[in-house]
Amino acid sequence: MASKVRDSRGRPVVAITGMGVVSSLGVGLDENWSALVAGRSGIKRITRFPTEHLRTTVAGTIDFIEDDKGDLKLAIGELAADEAVRMARIGTPGDFPGPLYTAIPPVELGWAARRRLYDAGDPGIKDAYDRMCAVAEGLNDRSQFERVMYGYVSEKLADRFGTKGSPISLTTACASGATAIQLGIEAIRRGEAAAALCVGTDCSVTAEEVVRFSLLTALSTANAVPEEAAKPFSKNRDGFVIAEGAAALVLEDYDAAVARGAEVLAVIRGAADQNDDFHRTRAKPDGSAMIDTLRQTFDDAGMHPDEIEYINAHGTGTPENDKMECFSLEAVFGERLRGVPISSNKSMIGHTLTSSGALEAVFSVKTMQSGIIPPTINYKVPDPTINLDVVPNQARKQKVATVLSNSFGFGGQNACLIIAAEPA
Amino acid sequence: MAREVWITGIGLTSSLGEGTEAHWQAIAVADPPRPKVDATSFAPYAIHPMVPLEFEKQIPKGGDRRQMENWQRVGTYTAGLALDDAGISGNTEILANTNMVVAAAGGERDLMVDQTILEGVGSAPQPAEFINERLSNDLRPTLFLAQLPNLVAGNIAIVHKVTGSSRTFMGEELASVSAVEIAARRIAADQGDVFLVGGAILAERKDVLLVLAGAGWGWHGDPVSVWARPEKGGGATLGSVGAFLVLEAREHAEKRGRTPYARLGTVLSGRSRREPGQAVAVATGQFETLRREAGDRSLGVLSGATGILQPTREERDWLAGLKAEGAIDTVRAMPNMLGASVEASFPSMVALAALSLSKKAFYRSIDDTGFEPSATTVPDAIAVNVWGSWRGEGMGLVLPA
Repeated sequence: MASKVRDSRGRPVVAITGMGVVSSLGVGLDENWSALVAGRSGIKRITRFPTEHLRTTVAGTIDFIEDDKGDLKLAIGELAADEAVRMARIGTPGDFPGPLYTAIPPVELGWAARRRLYDAGDPGIKDAYDRMCAVAEGLNDRSQFERVMYGYVSEKLADRFGTKGSPISLTTACASGATAIQLGIEAIRRGEAAAALCVGTDCSVTAEEVVRFSLLTALSTANAVPEEAAKPFSKNRDGFVIAEGAAALVLEDYDAAVARGAEVLAVIRGAADQNDDFHRTRAKPDGSAMIDTLRQTFDDAGMHPDEIEYINAHGTGTPENDKMECFSLEAVFGERLRGVPISSNKSMIGHTLTSSGALEAVFSVKTMQSGIIPPTINYKVPDPTINLDVVPNQARKQKVATVLSNSFGFGGQNACLIIAAEPA
Repeated sequence: MAREVWITGIGLTSSLGEGTEAHWQAIAVADPPRPKVDATSFAPYAIHPMVPLEFEKQIPKGGDRRQMENWQRVGTYTAGLALDDAGISGNTEILANTNMVVAAAGGERDLMVDQTILEGVGSAPQPAEFINERLSNDLRPTLFLAQLPNLVAGNIAIVHKVTGSSRTFMGEELASVSAVEIAARRIAADQGDVFLVGGAILAERKDVLLVLAGAGWGWHGDPVSVWARPEKGGGATLGSVGAFLVLEAREHAEKRGRTPYARLGTVLSGRSRREPGQAVAVATGQFETLRREAGDRSLGVLSGATGILQPTREERDWLAGLKAEGAIDTVRAMPNMLGASVEASFPSMVALAALSLSKKAFYRSIDDTGFEPSATTVPDAIAVNVWGSWRGEGMGLVLPA
């Protein structure tokens, strides 16, 4: 019997043994990674719907997948999960030996469906919702309404991959991907699962979603050159670029993974999340919630900030986020922060919202595996108040063995992960 | 070495009133109990409407109230009741370490904006452009935040200063089971001492009723007992409910001198594809675990059966079998009093189970099918059983502290 590997708190160690990803840069790890290290952007002009009257007309849409599910986020979620499960070589097809945690965006009927219901209705019913209800009940199109169940994507993924127990669908806004991973970490540390499938998937580029984020002045309006719209940490950054993507990670109890001969891609040393109590879209001006989340993450990992060799930033490119992220990191890292490379994948893939924490966890592992740090592209006008090594514009060959990955979301959601090449 | 999970705070709002005492009076004391139903405003569907709440009592700042629509207000308000009840409101040290697991769906749409668009888009020369223009001009910026599921937790953090970890689960009834299950497991495994867990739903929302209608789940007209509905085509009557629990590690509660309503035993969530018999198979496994844990205690059951045809019929026949075996005593379908409360279903029924055990009495029934006879004895423990309308089977055991 091999000796049990435990972390500094005596808990089971959480290994990553499989990863999958889909983004506007392509399908699969290889396609995504080669684009990221080449500094290529997946952002383009929106062609999915007319953009008249919209202030933002660029996005990181996924238009190259055949959506045979009638639900693009399910389709790409399946692709990512399939890649991760195959890579992990775990279980048998359709029989994954652990629970499923899925980060998904809120769902609702789209305008096409609303219009169909309204137009088929009795013109004598003036109230639009009364009219749609009557038609919807008459049609009894269960499959359409299953797709607006919030549990739909998770249920379908659970059906396909045969995960155990009931799947959890979750949202913590733009920190959701990290939260899905946290739930997996906690289940493995409790000893209740030897493996967990953690998925984040989001395809929210609709006209209404663009309008909603625009009304909060969160989106870049630098529409002229789409690939240059996302400018994290730059002085002229003017918002994030909405994008689509999915990522999946197979987490495993380290001992179980080693025992079955799996390749351990990385381990998760620590994680923490905390709810800010200041404002619905802004961080507390003193950064205390982000700072506490970072400190708790180090505490959970039993590590010191000096041990971090690369930071995969939340780095949305909004004036507010990048300022507060930098400020909070300075508070926790001190002077040494200047020497720690930090880059934003969102400069190339945009902000995939619900799934971004999962994509960035995957890319954090790739960074360690490949010895190449992906750049922050579009870094042309440095912000003198953000004095960081943002790995500007070009990837850098540099071996790193520990990564901090940050995720911050509306509603005061803060979540951080520390991922390392090896157990402590 | 699992730690005990105590239920030390309850916040409840519904058609029946506000707070534990109002609910106890309405369901356990009033004879017969009288559900509150509005059968006209949303005809052909009846609903159990939320009692009027003075939101400023729990959400004192007008600015905060304006940043929410009613669904988030109800959630934030009810969470405040639970924190008050647990005696931790204003205790910044405990609140900073209080973790949230909230079950939520999306928020309100602006029905007037949708109405304007649907009326105009048919005759617009460029329909998509028309929709863009109307949405850009007519949507309120704050509405988006009021639509985000995780902004219930976000608002609870802002208003009540609950700033531990924060997770929001989605997925209808099952989300409400998983929320309680995960919180309980984290407490048991020393992954947190105090949790605020719950959810809220507003039935007086046509965007919610549209989904119910489209799925073919809407019961028309005045409610009848959910157990009678399968033979009449089936269907659910939605009810507005806010339900939050403060769950606490026993030693944490003892240290601050709190007596709990009850102890939360095992909570199990499960799933099946809902082919005939599958839900019962999942529930049978869950019940065996809970029955064993309950030992020789008599077991009452609070059921979340809503009247939707297949799951209600299967659950009824399964519970009837358990009764015949003597494995359970009395059953009460809480949706007969509260309506179907989706994301609030499991926490509301765990709350009512805990309340019953603390009162050492059980609930009356308005069921007229003979399935819910009057209780001759008070159950020693209560199993809460919630099956999702579409998917998900969950069960939890509530025990005397």
